[in-house]
Amino acid sequence: MAPMRILRPSLPPGDLFGALAEFATPAELYHACEGVRDAGYTRWDAHAPFPVHGLERAMGLKASRLPWVVLVTALGGAVAGMGLQGWVSTIAYPLVISGKPFFSWPAFIPITFELSVLGGAFGAVLGMFAMNQLPTLHHPLFASTRFERASDDGFFISIESWDPQFDRGRTVDLLRRLGAKEVELVASQSGTRE
Amino acid sequence: MSDSRLHSAPSPARPAALRAASLWLPPEHSWRRVPMLGLVLAVVGLGGCLVFGFMNEANRAQLWHSWLVGSLFVLSIALGGLFFVLIHHSTQAGWSVVLRRIAEHVMGTLPFLALLFLPLLLFGMGDLFHWSHGEAVKQNALLRHKQPYLNVTFFVIRTAVYFAIWSAMALWFGRQSRLQDASGDHGLTRRMRRASSPGLIVFALTVTFFAFDWLMSLQPEWYSTIFGVYFFAGSAMAFFAFLSLAMIAARRSGLLAEVLSAEHQHDVGKLLLTFVVFWTYMAFSQYLLIWYANLPEETVFFAQRSAGSWRTASAALALGHFVVPFFFLLPRSVKRNAAPLAAVSVWLLAMHLLDLYWLVMPNLHPDGIHPSLFDAAALIGCCGVFLAAFGGALRRQALVPLRDPRLPESLTFENV
Repeated sequence: MAPMRILRPSLPPGDLFGALAEFATPAELYHACEGVRDAGYTRWDAHAPFPVHGLERAMGLKASRLPWVVLVTALGGAVAGMGLQGWVSTIAYPLVISGKPFFSWPAFIPITFELSVLGGAFGAVLGMFAMNQLPTLHHPLFASTRFERASDDGFFISIESWDPQFDRGRTVDLLRRLGAKEVELVASQSGTRE
Repeated sequence: MSDSRLHSAPSPARPAALRAASLWLPPEHSWRRVPMLGLVLAVVGLGGCLVFGFMNEANRAQLWHSWLVGSLFVLSIALGGLFFVLIHHSTQAGWSVVLRRIAEHVMGTLPFLALLFLPLLLFGMGDLFHWSHGEAVKQNALLRHKQPYLNVTFFVIRTAVYFAIWSAMALWFGRQSRLQDASGDHGLTRRMRRASSPGLIVFALTVTFFAFDWLMSLQPEWYSTIFGVYFFAGSAMAFFAFLSLAMIAARRSGLLAEVLSAEHQHDVGKLLLTFVVFWTYMAFSQYLLIWYANLPEETVFFAQRSAGSWRTASAALALGHFVVPFFFLLPRSVKRNAAPLAAVSVWLLAMHLLDLYWLVMPNLHPDGIHPSLFDAAALIGCCGVFLAAFGGALRRQALVPLRDPRLPESLTFENV
């Protein structure tokens, strides 16, 4: 993958990124998420300055695949740890150490254990970054000055234009009906504000 | 908060109201018969053991070894309960308030379990402990060297001290908790918190030396400084297995219906997994250092346990006490569903029993595993004593600490 792809989020084609709605309280955001979920939208996100309990249920998010990534990278670390030590002690550089067999697996367990922890930790952090499309240097939503408050006291829902359900008029209406304080359309190109 | 709807998302776990029926054991509930069942098991099991053990001199050693395994099995669960209560108070835990009463009942069995060790002290010492014979000590320089610590008088005093301390802690914390049920005084929560940290230090020391005395000294020439932690790790794991079974059984039989949720079960499952790993960490640390240094006075322990069919038992422990339950307990769904968690809890209790058997029995049968009816009878009897004491406490008190200040937090607890 090109570096461009890594540092930029995958965006909907065309000029329009999507609709951004602001809500006054976490409770309103929660109920609005239930509404957007029930309307069948799939490419959308919620933004809040702090974790809102149960929001993943309100959004209808499926269980994260991250545990599987962690399992695989942790087992990979274990195999690498045991494999490296086994290979060194039996093939690359066999040495008799305190009269023990070349492949003395109990002695390799601490490193195997540590490398599986390391693999699991890397898998968890890097996997989380990858699934969140991070790091991202810029995002169309940053074009909205209102959106700056997502890290302060604003609660937002953004629905992206490539969602099959997306329709300028109907999506904005839905968000208004769900109690949005403000709804705006956000362009894909940064610098242009609608 | 004036209007909670405005400030937080609605929590689906919040119970509408708590019915008295789910907080107390109802009058005609089947669990009311648990103490009776326990008494019957105790009389049949222990009575059978004593009758057949004393009828024939040749059975005596088997009797006391089996009795020791059975007593340690229930004692270790009770000690795990005491540990859980102490940790709960010292960390000011909120989520586990609804489980604390069950743990209090488990630790409340400690004064009764002391009775199980009385016959061992009175009649079993000679068969269990090589070092308790004056002749053996005279011929063995190492035992002579250890005699100021390893002698019968001091051993009996130490055992009495351990049980006195454990019983006192169990009774005191149980009493404060009951007093709070009556008065609702929040000061009791603070008092228990203050007592819990010194209590944990005393707990750690007494459990360590108890394990040295009653398990390690079966082989008095051998020593391992990590042994106390090893015994503790298995005990705590066994307690969490018992706790999850008790929770699941309670929910199945209609108790604590609006109180216990999958969230609590999930956390107990996590602790169970934690202590599976912790036991393994201790077991392997002990093995690795002894294997690596390869000193005869240390390796004798593992040499004995890789002789004959003991080798199979050792392998079964590594697989059944770690590999299988570790991978089985990893998924979230296993911890949140009753059937798989109950299954793995039963499995782990069996593994804990095997662990204790593996620690004690090579002393009697160095050449291999020799199952005996005494093993089964002693286990049934000891479990009977435990169930009688546990069930009796269940009948007398509410099933949760009714007026604990953190009870609401525990009721609405959710894993993030």
